Amino acid sequence: MDINFVIEKFLLVSILFAISLLIAMYSTYAERKVAAFLQDRLGPDRAGPFGILQPLADGVKMFMKEEITPSNSNKWLFMAGPGLAMLCACIGTAVIPWGQDLAIGGRVIPLQVTDINVGVLYLFGVVSLGVYGVMIGGWASNNKYSLLSAIRAASQNISYEIAMGLSIIALLLMTNSLSLKEIVLQQHGGNWNVLYQPLGFIIFMICSFAETNRAPFDLPECETELIGGYHTEYSSMKLGFYLFAEYINMFVSSAVMATLYFGGYNYPGMDWVATQLGPIAAPLVGTGVLFLKIFAFIFFFMWVRWTIPRFRYDQLMNLGWKTLIPLAIANIIITGIVIAVVKF
Amino acid sequence: MESLSNKKKVLEQKPLNFAERMYLPAIVKGLGTTMSHFFKKSSTIRYPEQEREFSINWRGMHSLKRDEDGRERCTACGLCALSCPAEAITMIAAERKPEEKNLYREEKYAAVYEINMLRCIFCGLCEEACPKEAIYLDGPIVPSDYLRKDFIYGKDKLVEGPLEVK
Repeated sequence: MDINFVIEKFLLVSILFAISLLIAMYSTYAERKVAAFLQDRLGPDRAGPFGILQPLADGVKMFMKEEITPSNSNKWLFMAGPGLAMLCACIGTAVIPWGQDLAIGGRVIPLQVTDINVGVLYLFGVVSLGVYGVMIGGWASNNKYSLLSAIRAASQNISYEIAMGLSIIALLLMTNSLSLKEIVLQQHGGNWNVLYQPLGFIIFMICSFAETNRAPFDLPECETELIGGYHTEYSSMKLGFYLFAEYINMFVSSAVMATLYFGGYNYPGMDWVATQLGPIAAPLVGTGVLFLKIFAFIFFFMWVRWTIPRFRYDQLMNLGWKTLIPLAIANIIITGIVIAVVKF
Repeated sequence: MESLSNKKKVLEQKPLNFAERMYLPAIVKGLGTTMSHFFKKSSTIRYPEQEREFSINWRGMHSLKRDEDGRERCTACGLCALSCPAEAITMIAAERKPEEKNLYREEKYAAVYEINMLRCIFCGLCEEACPKEAIYLDGPIVPSDYLRKDFIYGKDKLVEGPLEVK
Protein backbone atom coordinates (compact mmCIF):
# COMPACT_ATOMS: atom_id res chain seq x y z
CA MET A 1 0.00 0.00 0.00
CA ASP A 2 1.09 3.51 -0.74
CA ILE A 3 2.56 5.05 2.40
CA ASN A 4 1.38 8.51 1.35
CA PHE A 5 -2.15 7.18 1.20
CA VAL A 6 -1.91 5.95 4.80
CA ILE A 7 -0.48 9.26 5.98
CA GLU A 8 -3.18 11.22 4.15
CA LYS A 9 -6.00 9.20 5.64
CA PHE A 10 -4.47 9.24 9.10
CA LEU A 11 -4.15 13.02 8.96
CA LEU A 12 -7.68 13.44 7.67
CA VAL A 13 -9.11 11.18 10.38
CA SER A 14 -7.19 12.98 13.13
CA ILE A 15 -8.27 16.38 11.85
CA LEU A 16 -11.88 15.27 11.59
CA PHE A 17 -11.78 13.81 15.09
CA ALA A 18 -10.27 16.99 16.48
CA ILE A 19 -12.80 19.16 14.66
CA SER A 20 -15.71 17.04 15.89
CA LEU A 21 -14.52 17.35 19.48
CA LEU A 22 -13.82 21.06 19.13
CA ILE A 23 -17.22 21.75 17.63
CA ALA A 24 -18.93 19.64 20.28
CA MET A 25 -17.04 21.56 22.95
CA TYR A 26 -18.00 24.92 21.58
CA SER A 27 -21.56 23.74 20.92
CA THR A 28 -22.01 23.58 24.68
CA TYR A 29 -20.85 27.18 24.88
CA ALA A 30 -22.97 28.20 21.89
CA GLU A 31 -25.98 26.46 23.38
CA ARG A 32 -25.72 28.49 26.55
CA LYS A 33 -25.10 31.70 24.66
CA VAL A 34 -28.01 31.12 22.27
CA ALA A 35 -30.29 30.21 25.17
CA ALA A 36 -29.24 33.38 26.95
CA PHE A 37 -29.75 35.62 23.94
CA LEU A 38 -33.16 34.15 23.21
CA GLN A 39 -34.11 34.87 26.81
CA ASP A 40 -32.74 38.43 26.95
CA ARG A 41 -29.74 37.38 29.04
CA LEU A 42 -25.99 37.47 28.44
CA GLY A 43 -24.92 33.89 29.11
CA PRO A 44 -21.52 32.80 30.39
CA ASP A 45 -19.08 35.71 30.12
CA ARG A 46 -16.68 35.33 33.05
CA ALA A 47 -14.12 32.77 31.81
CA GLY A 48 -11.98 34.65 29.34
CA PRO A 49 -13.22 37.36 26.97
CA PHE A 50 -16.95 36.78 26.29
CA GLY A 51 -16.60 33.54 28.24
CA ILE A 52 -14.86 31.64 25.44
CA LEU A 53 -12.86 29.59 27.95
CA GLN A 54 -16.07 28.32 29.55
CA PRO A 55 -15.95 24.91 27.77
CA LEU A 56 -12.44 24.35 29.15
CA ALA A 57 -13.63 25.19 32.65
CA ASP A 58 -16.56 22.81 32.21
CA GLY A 59 -14.22 20.08 30.99
CA VAL A 60 -11.92 20.51 33.96
CA LYS A 61 -14.93 20.38 36.26
CA MET A 62 -16.14 17.17 34.62
CA PHE A 63 -12.74 15.50 35.04
CA MET A 64 -12.33 16.63 38.65
CA LYS A 65 -15.72 15.45 39.88
CA GLU A 66 -16.05 12.36 42.02
CA GLU A 67 -16.80 9.29 39.99
CA ILE A 68 -19.51 7.08 41.42
CA THR A 69 -20.34 3.59 40.21
CA PRO A 70 -23.56 2.34 41.83
CA SER A 71 -22.91 -0.83 43.82
CA ASN A 72 -25.73 -2.78 42.14
CA SER A 73 -24.90 -1.72 38.63
CA ASN A 74 -23.43 -3.96 35.98
CA LYS A 75 -19.85 -2.63 36.12
CA TRP A 76 -18.73 -3.52 32.63
CA LEU A 77 -21.84 -2.35 30.84
CA PHE A 78 -21.88 0.75 33.00
CA MET A 79 -18.47 1.61 31.60
CA ALA A 80 -19.31 0.49 28.07
CA GLY A 81 -22.40 2.73 27.77
CA PRO A 82 -20.74 6.16 27.52
CA GLY A 83 -17.88 4.74 25.47
CA LEU A 84 -20.28 3.26 22.96
CA ALA A 85 -22.29 6.48 22.77
CA MET A 86 -19.11 8.42 22.07
CA LEU A 87 -17.80 5.89 19.52
CA CYS A 88 -21.04 5.82 17.53
CA ALA A 89 -21.17 9.60 17.53
CA CYS A 90 -17.61 9.94 16.22
CA ILE A 91 -17.52 7.37 13.40
CA GLY A 92 -20.36 8.99 11.47
CA THR A 93 -18.08 11.66 10.03
CA ALA A 94 -16.07 9.13 8.00
CA VAL A 95 -18.29 8.98 4.92
CA ILE A 96 -19.17 12.65 4.62
CA PRO A 97 -17.40 14.44 1.74
CA TRP A 98 -15.92 17.56 3.31
CA GLY A 99 -14.83 19.21 0.11
CA GLN A 100 -13.76 18.79 -3.49
CA ASP A 101 -10.58 16.87 -4.24
CA LEU A 102 -7.44 18.76 -3.33
CA ALA A 103 -4.67 18.65 -5.94
CA ILE A 104 -1.33 19.15 -4.19
CA GLY A 105 1.88 18.48 -6.11
CA GLY A 106 0.33 16.10 -8.62
CA ARG A 107 -1.47 14.10 -5.96
CA VAL A 108 -5.25 14.16 -5.76
CA ILE A 109 -6.36 14.11 -2.15
CA PRO A 110 -10.08 13.49 -1.61
CA LEU A 111 -11.42 15.32 1.43
CA GLN A 112 -13.41 12.29 2.48
CA VAL A 113 -12.12 9.48 4.65
CA THR A 114 -13.79 6.77 2.62
CA ASP A 115 -16.14 6.87 -0.36
CA ILE A 116 -17.99 3.61 0.20
CA ASN A 117 -20.76 2.97 -2.28
CA VAL A 118 -23.28 2.37 0.53
CA GLY A 119 -22.49 5.61 2.36
CA VAL A 120 -26.12 6.37 3.24
CA LEU A 121 -26.64 2.86 4.61
CA TYR A 122 -23.46 3.19 6.66
CA LEU A 123 -24.78 6.39 8.20
CA PHE A 124 -28.06 4.71 9.05
CA GLY A 125 -26.19 1.81 10.62
CA VAL A 126 -24.17 4.17 12.79
CA VAL A 127 -27.26 6.10 13.79
CA SER A 128 -29.10 2.93 14.80
CA LEU A 129 -26.08 1.79 16.81
CA GLY A 130 -26.19 5.12 18.65
CA VAL A 131 -29.20 4.03 20.67
CA TYR A 132 -27.17 1.18 22.20
CA GLY A 133 -25.07 3.62 24.19
CA VAL A 134 -28.22 5.01 25.78
CA MET A 135 -29.84 1.62 26.25
CA ILE A 136 -26.80 -0.05 27.77
CA GLY A 137 -26.19 2.91 30.06
CA GLY A 138 -29.81 2.94 31.22
CA TRP A 139 -29.90 -0.81 31.74
CA ALA A 140 -26.55 -1.09 33.51
CA SER A 141 -27.39 1.67 36.00
CA ASN A 142 -29.94 -0.64 37.67
CA ASN A 143 -32.19 2.34 38.29
CA LYS A 144 -35.87 2.40 37.40
CA TYR A 145 -35.74 5.92 36.01
CA SER A 146 -32.75 5.09 33.84
CA LEU A 147 -34.43 1.95 32.60
CA LEU A 148 -37.65 3.78 31.72
CA SER A 149 -35.65 6.38 29.91
CA ALA A 150 -33.64 3.77 28.02
CA ILE A 151 -36.85 2.09 26.90
CA ARG A 152 -38.22 5.43 25.79
CA ALA A 153 -35.05 6.24 23.89
CA ALA A 154 -35.09 2.86 22.17
CA SER A 155 -38.73 3.04 21.09
CA GLN A 156 -38.38 6.67 20.03
CA ASN A 157 -35.29 6.04 17.93
CA ILE A 158 -36.73 2.93 16.31
CA SER A 159 -39.99 4.71 15.46
CA TYR A 160 -38.29 7.70 13.93
CA GLU A 161 -35.70 5.66 12.07
CA ILE A 162 -38.54 4.26 9.96
CA ALA A 163 -39.79 7.68 8.92
CA MET A 164 -36.20 8.81 8.37
CA GLY A 165 -35.43 5.84 6.14
CA LEU A 166 -38.62 6.36 4.15
CA SER A 167 -37.88 10.05 3.65
CA ILE A 168 -34.45 9.09 2.34
CA ILE A 169 -35.89 6.58 -0.14
CA ALA A 170 -37.59 9.41 -2.05
CA LEU A 171 -34.22 11.12 -2.26
CA LEU A 172 -32.50 7.95 -3.44
CA LEU A 173 -35.10 7.56 -6.18
CA MET A 174 -33.80 10.83 -7.54
CA THR A 175 -30.07 10.33 -7.05
CA ASN A 176 -29.83 6.66 -8.08
CA SER A 177 -26.85 6.33 -5.78
CA LEU A 178 -26.07 5.54 -2.14
CA SER A 179 -22.63 7.09 -2.30
CA LEU A 180 -22.56 10.43 -0.53
CA LYS A 181 -19.83 11.69 -2.82
CA GLU A 182 -22.00 10.95 -5.85
CA ILE A 183 -25.03 12.60 -4.21
CA VAL A 184 -23.05 15.75 -3.51
CA LEU A 185 -21.58 15.85 -7.03
CA GLN A 186 -25.09 15.74 -8.46
CA GLN A 187 -25.96 18.89 -6.54
CA HIS A 188 -23.22 20.88 -8.24
CA GLY A 189 -23.68 24.64 -7.96
CA GLY A 190 -27.05 25.66 -6.61
CA ASN A 191 -28.86 22.53 -7.75
CA TRP A 192 -29.69 21.42 -4.22
CA ASN A 193 -31.88 18.46 -3.40
CA VAL A 194 -34.00 20.47 -0.98
CA LEU A 195 -35.50 22.25 -3.98
CA TYR A 196 -36.88 18.93 -5.25
CA GLN A 197 -37.55 17.28 -1.91
CA PRO A 198 -38.85 19.94 0.50
CA LEU A 199 -41.27 17.56 2.22
CA GLY A 200 -38.65 14.85 2.43
CA PHE A 201 -36.24 17.33 3.98
CA ILE A 202 -38.73 18.45 6.63
CA ILE A 203 -39.47 14.84 7.57
CA PHE A 204 -35.76 14.04 7.64
CA MET A 205 -35.04 17.05 9.83
CA ILE A 206 -37.81 16.26 12.32
CA CYS A 207 -36.53 12.70 12.51
CA SER A 208 -32.97 13.82 13.10
CA PHE A 209 -34.20 15.93 16.00
CA ALA A 210 -35.68 12.74 17.43
CA GLU A 211 -32.60 10.64 16.63
CA THR A 212 -30.25 13.04 18.41
CA ASN A 213 -32.59 13.23 21.42
CA ARG A 214 -32.84 16.98 21.08
CA ALA A 215 -35.74 19.11 22.20
CA PRO A 216 -38.67 18.91 21.47
CA PHE A 217 -38.03 15.16 21.43
CA ASP A 218 -35.69 14.93 24.41
CA LEU A 219 -37.96 12.60 26.33
CA PRO A 220 -35.13 10.22 27.27
CA GLU A 221 -33.71 12.94 29.51
CA CYS A 222 -36.99 14.37 30.66
CA GLU A 223 -35.99 15.90 34.01
CA THR A 224 -39.50 16.44 35.28
CA GLU A 225 -40.43 12.79 34.99
CA LEU A 226 -37.20 10.82 34.94
CA ILE A 227 -34.73 12.92 36.97
CA GLY A 228 -31.81 12.84 34.54
CA GLY A 229 -33.07 10.08 32.27
CA TYR A 230 -30.62 7.38 31.22
CA HIS A 231 -27.65 9.22 32.76
CA THR A 232 -29.21 9.64 36.20
CA GLU A 233 -26.57 7.42 37.83
CA TYR A 234 -23.63 8.75 35.85
CA SER A 235 -21.14 11.24 37.17
CA SER A 236 -17.82 12.78 36.27
CA MET A 237 -16.51 12.28 32.75
CA LYS A 238 -18.85 9.36 32.02
CA LEU A 239 -21.69 11.84 32.24
CA GLY A 240 -19.52 14.20 30.24
CA PHE A 241 -19.19 11.58 27.50
CA TYR A 242 -22.95 11.24 27.22
CA LEU A 243 -23.47 14.99 27.02
CA PHE A 244 -20.58 15.29 24.59
CA ALA A 245 -21.90 12.49 22.39
CA GLU A 246 -25.20 14.36 22.10
CA TYR A 247 -23.41 17.40 20.72
CA ILE A 248 -21.27 15.36 18.34
CA ASN A 249 -24.45 13.67 17.12
CA MET A 250 -25.91 17.08 16.51
CA PHE A 251 -22.82 18.06 14.51
CA VAL A 252 -22.92 14.85 12.46
CA SER A 253 -26.62 15.06 11.70
CA SER A 254 -26.22 18.71 10.71
CA ALA A 255 -23.45 17.61 8.36
CA VAL A 256 -25.64 14.85 6.95
CA MET A 257 -28.54 17.24 6.36
CA ALA A 258 -26.24 19.73 4.68
CA THR A 259 -24.75 16.97 2.54
CA LEU A 260 -27.93 15.22 1.48
CA TYR A 261 -30.25 18.18 0.99
CA PHE A 262 -28.25 21.42 0.94
CA GLY A 263 -25.57 20.52 -1.55
CA GLY A 264 -22.69 19.78 0.83
CA TYR A 265 -19.74 21.90 -0.23
CA ASN A 266 -21.57 23.21 -3.32
CA TYR A 267 -22.62 26.82 -3.57
CA PRO A 268 -23.91 28.94 -6.46
CA GLY A 269 -21.13 30.37 -8.57
CA MET A 270 -18.49 27.89 -7.43
CA ASP A 271 -17.16 27.33 -10.97
CA TRP A 272 -16.33 31.00 -11.28
CA VAL A 273 -14.65 30.97 -7.86
CA ALA A 274 -12.64 27.89 -8.87
CA THR A 275 -11.21 29.68 -11.92
CA GLN A 276 -10.25 32.66 -9.76
CA LEU A 277 -8.67 30.86 -6.81
CA GLY A 278 -7.02 27.79 -8.31
CA PRO A 279 -7.15 24.10 -7.37
CA ILE A 280 -6.06 24.38 -3.72
CA ALA A 281 -7.92 27.38 -2.36
CA ALA A 282 -11.24 26.77 -4.12
CA PRO A 283 -11.97 23.37 -2.49
CA LEU A 284 -11.13 24.89 0.89
CA VAL A 285 -13.68 27.65 0.27
CA GLY A 286 -16.19 24.87 -0.45
CA THR A 287 -15.30 23.23 2.85
CA GLY A 288 -15.82 26.57 4.57
CA VAL A 289 -19.25 26.85 2.94
CA LEU A 290 -20.12 23.35 4.16
CA PHE A 291 -19.14 24.32 7.69
CA LEU A 292 -21.24 27.47 7.45
CA LYS A 293 -24.22 25.31 6.52
CA ILE A 294 -23.45 22.98 9.42
CA PHE A 295 -23.24 25.88 11.86
CA ALA A 296 -26.53 27.23 10.56
CA PHE A 297 -28.14 23.84 11.24
CA ILE A 298 -26.58 23.64 14.70
CA PHE A 299 -27.94 27.09 15.44
CA PHE A 300 -31.33 25.94 14.21
CA PHE A 301 -31.19 22.93 16.54
CA MET A 302 -30.54 25.27 19.45
CA TRP A 303 -33.10 27.82 18.35
CA VAL A 304 -35.77 25.10 18.28
CA ARG A 305 -34.66 23.77 21.63
CA TRP A 306 -35.25 27.11 23.31
CA THR A 307 -38.58 27.68 21.57
CA ILE A 308 -40.67 24.53 21.61
CA PRO A 309 -41.70 22.68 24.76
CA ARG A 310 -41.16 18.95 25.01
CA PHE A 311 -43.67 16.65 23.35
CA ARG A 312 -45.68 14.30 25.51
CA TYR A 313 -44.88 10.64 24.96
CA ASP A 314 -48.17 9.80 23.21
CA GLN A 315 -47.88 12.91 21.05
CA LEU A 316 -44.39 11.82 20.08
CA MET A 317 -45.59 8.38 19.02
CA ASN A 318 -48.63 9.80 17.22
CA LEU A 319 -46.47 12.21 15.30
CA GLY A 320 -44.01 9.52 14.33
CA TRP A 321 -46.37 6.72 13.35
CA LYS A 322 -49.53 8.51 12.27
CA THR A 323 -48.14 11.62 10.61
CA LEU A 324 -44.54 11.28 9.51
CA ILE A 325 -44.63 7.73 8.16
CA PRO A 326 -47.77 8.26 5.98
CA LEU A 327 -46.33 11.58 4.79
CA ALA A 328 -43.03 9.93 3.92
CA ILE A 329 -44.80 7.16 2.01
CA ALA A 330 -46.89 9.73 0.13
CA ASN A 331 -43.67 11.55 -0.68
CA ILE A 332 -42.16 8.38 -2.13
CA ILE A 333 -45.23 7.77 -4.29
CA ILE A 334 -45.33 11.35 -5.60
CA THR A 335 -41.61 11.31 -6.31
CA GLY A 336 -41.91 7.99 -8.11
CA ILE A 337 -44.79 9.22 -10.27
CA VAL A 338 -43.00 12.46 -11.15
CA ILE A 339 -39.80 10.61 -12.07
CA ALA A 340 -41.76 8.17 -14.22
CA VAL A 341 -43.59 11.01 -15.99
CA VAL A 342 -40.41 12.99 -16.60
CA LYS A 343 -38.51 9.99 -17.95
CA PHE A 344 -41.10 8.88 -20.49
CA MET B 1 -73.47 28.49 41.23
CA GLU B 2 -73.72 31.67 39.21
CA SER B 3 -70.71 33.86 39.78
CA LEU B 4 -71.34 37.44 40.81
CA SER B 5 -68.16 38.92 39.44
CA ASN B 6 -68.95 38.19 35.79
CA LYS B 7 -65.34 37.13 35.36
CA LYS B 8 -66.08 33.46 34.90
CA LYS B 9 -65.01 32.11 31.54
CA VAL B 10 -66.01 28.72 30.29
CA LEU B 11 -63.14 27.17 28.39
CA GLU B 12 -64.03 25.13 25.38
CA GLN B 13 -61.69 22.37 24.33
CA LYS B 14 -62.02 21.94 20.63
CA PRO B 15 -60.15 19.17 18.83
CA LEU B 16 -57.22 20.49 16.81
CA ASN B 17 -57.96 21.32 13.20
CA PHE B 18 -55.66 20.18 10.42
CA ALA B 19 -53.32 23.20 10.45
CA GLU B 20 -52.96 22.91 14.21
CA ARG B 21 -52.29 19.20 14.01
CA MET B 22 -49.44 19.87 11.61
CA TYR B 23 -47.75 21.83 14.43
CA LEU B 24 -45.59 23.61 11.86
CA PRO B 25 -47.45 26.98 11.66
CA ALA B 26 -47.40 27.30 15.43
CA ILE B 27 -43.74 26.27 15.54
CA VAL B 28 -42.79 28.87 12.93
CA LYS B 29 -44.66 31.52 14.88
CA GLY B 30 -42.86 30.49 18.06
CA LEU B 31 -39.49 30.57 16.30
CA GLY B 32 -40.29 34.11 15.16
CA THR B 33 -41.10 35.15 18.72
CA THR B 34 -37.85 33.79 20.11
CA MET B 35 -35.83 35.27 17.27
CA SER B 36 -37.26 38.71 18.00
CA HIS B 37 -35.84 38.33 21.51
CA PHE B 38 -32.44 37.40 20.10
CA PHE B 39 -31.93 41.01 19.01
CA LYS B 40 -33.34 42.65 22.12
CA LYS B 41 -31.09 44.27 24.64
CA SER B 42 -30.40 41.93 27.52
CA SER B 43 -31.61 43.04 30.91
CA THR B 44 -28.64 41.55 32.75
CA ILE B 45 -26.78 43.73 35.27
CA ARG B 46 -23.16 42.51 35.54
CA TYR B 47 -23.21 42.75 39.30
CA PRO B 48 -19.74 43.28 40.70
CA GLU B 49 -18.93 45.83 37.99
CA GLN B 50 -22.40 47.35 37.68
CA GLU B 51 -24.95 47.86 40.41
CA ARG B 52 -28.62 48.33 39.97
CA GLU B 53 -30.11 51.59 41.23
CA PHE B 54 -31.66 51.17 44.64
CA SER B 55 -34.85 52.84 45.78
CA ILE B 56 -34.47 55.50 48.46
CA ASN B 57 -35.89 53.30 51.20
CA TRP B 58 -33.67 50.34 50.32
CA ARG B 59 -32.16 48.65 53.39
CA GLY B 60 -28.59 47.47 53.01
CA MET B 61 -25.65 47.07 55.36
CA HIS B 62 -25.86 48.80 58.73
CA SER B 63 -23.75 51.76 59.65
CA LEU B 64 -23.23 53.26 63.10
CA LYS B 65 -23.50 56.99 62.84
CA ARG B 66 -21.49 59.85 64.31
CA ASP B 67 -22.87 63.19 65.42
CA GLU B 68 -21.91 66.59 64.02
CA ASP B 69 -18.73 66.64 66.13
CA GLY B 70 -17.63 63.26 64.92
CA ARG B 71 -18.52 61.40 68.12
CA GLU B 72 -20.21 58.00 68.05
CA ARG B 73 -23.89 58.40 68.79
CA CYS B 74 -24.50 54.89 70.12
CA THR B 75 -25.05 54.71 73.85
CA ALA B 76 -25.32 50.92 74.06
CA CYS B 77 -28.86 50.97 75.41
CA GLY B 78 -29.53 47.60 73.75
CA LEU B 79 -32.90 48.55 72.31
CA CYS B 80 -31.77 47.53 68.84
CA ALA B 81 -30.69 44.12 70.10
CA LEU B 82 -33.99 43.77 71.94
CA SER B 83 -36.06 44.75 68.94
CA CYS B 84 -34.15 42.52 66.56
CA PRO B 85 -36.46 39.61 65.59
CA ALA B 86 -33.52 37.58 64.29
CA GLU B 87 -31.34 38.20 67.36
CA ALA B 88 -28.49 39.25 65.18
CA ILE B 89 -27.17 42.11 67.34
CA THR B 90 -25.03 41.84 70.47
CA MET B 91 -23.04 44.48 72.31
CA ILE B 92 -20.95 45.07 75.41
CA ALA B 93 -21.34 48.45 77.06
CA ALA B 94 -18.56 50.42 78.72
CA GLU B 95 -18.34 53.68 80.65
CA ARG B 96 -16.79 56.67 78.96
CA LYS B 97 -13.62 58.04 80.57
CA PRO B 98 -13.28 61.85 80.85
CA GLU B 99 -10.55 61.99 78.22
CA GLU B 100 -12.75 60.13 75.70
CA LYS B 101 -15.33 62.90 75.59
CA ASN B 102 -14.45 63.70 72.01
CA LEU B 103 -15.00 60.07 70.95
CA TYR B 104 -18.39 59.19 72.39
CA ARG B 105 -21.37 61.44 72.75
CA GLU B 106 -23.02 59.76 75.75
CA GLU B 107 -21.48 58.66 79.06
CA LYS B 108 -22.06 55.05 78.17
CA TYR B 109 -20.90 53.63 74.88
CA ALA B 110 -20.64 50.30 73.05
CA ALA B 111 -17.17 48.85 73.50
CA VAL B 112 -18.12 45.88 71.32
CA TYR B 113 -20.96 46.01 68.81
CA GLU B 114 -21.53 42.98 66.58
CA ILE B 115 -24.11 42.18 63.95
CA ASN B 116 -24.30 38.70 62.49
CA MET B 117 -25.07 39.37 58.85
CA LEU B 118 -26.15 35.77 58.29
CA ARG B 119 -28.89 36.18 60.92
CA CYS B 120 -29.93 39.68 59.94
CA ILE B 121 -33.11 39.85 57.90
CA PHE B 122 -32.75 43.54 57.06
CA CYS B 123 -36.17 44.39 58.51
CA GLY B 124 -35.03 47.78 59.77
CA LEU B 125 -36.52 47.41 63.27
CA CYS B 126 -33.15 48.31 64.83
CA GLU B 127 -33.11 51.65 63.09
CA GLU B 128 -36.69 52.27 64.20
CA ALA B 129 -35.93 51.28 67.79
CA CYS B 130 -32.82 53.43 68.16
CA PRO B 131 -33.50 56.49 70.38
CA LYS B 132 -30.19 58.12 69.44
CA GLU B 133 -30.48 57.86 65.65
CA ALA B 134 -27.24 55.93 65.76
CA ILE B 135 -27.92 53.02 63.40
CA TYR B 136 -29.13 53.15 59.82
CA LEU B 137 -29.33 50.47 57.13
CA ASP B 138 -28.04 52.78 54.44
CA GLY B 139 -25.00 50.84 53.25
CA PRO B 140 -24.34 48.72 50.17
CA ILE B 141 -25.17 45.03 49.64
CA VAL B 142 -23.45 42.86 52.24
CA PRO B 143 -20.64 41.12 50.33
CA SER B 144 -20.28 37.36 50.20
CA ASP B 145 -17.55 35.51 52.07
CA TYR B 146 -16.24 32.02 52.62
CA LEU B 147 -16.48 31.51 56.40
CA ARG B 148 -19.35 32.00 58.79
CA LYS B 149 -17.17 33.81 61.29
CA ASP B 150 -16.40 36.47 58.71
CA PHE B 151 -20.04 37.46 58.56
CA ILE B 152 -20.04 38.73 62.14
CA TYR B 153 -19.37 42.41 61.59
CA GLY B 154 -17.76 44.35 64.42
CA LYS B 155 -17.36 48.06 64.96
CA ASP B 156 -14.44 48.16 62.54
CA LYS B 157 -16.83 47.51 59.67
CA LEU B 158 -19.96 49.17 61.02
CA VAL B 159 -18.93 52.57 62.37
CA GLU B 160 -18.85 55.16 59.64
CA GLY B 161 -15.60 56.90 58.96
CA PRO B 162 -14.50 59.92 61.08
CA LEU B 163 -15.74 63.30 59.91
CA GLU B 164 -13.45 65.30 57.75
CA VAL B 165 -11.85 68.12 59.76
CA LYS B 166 -12.47 71.46 58.16
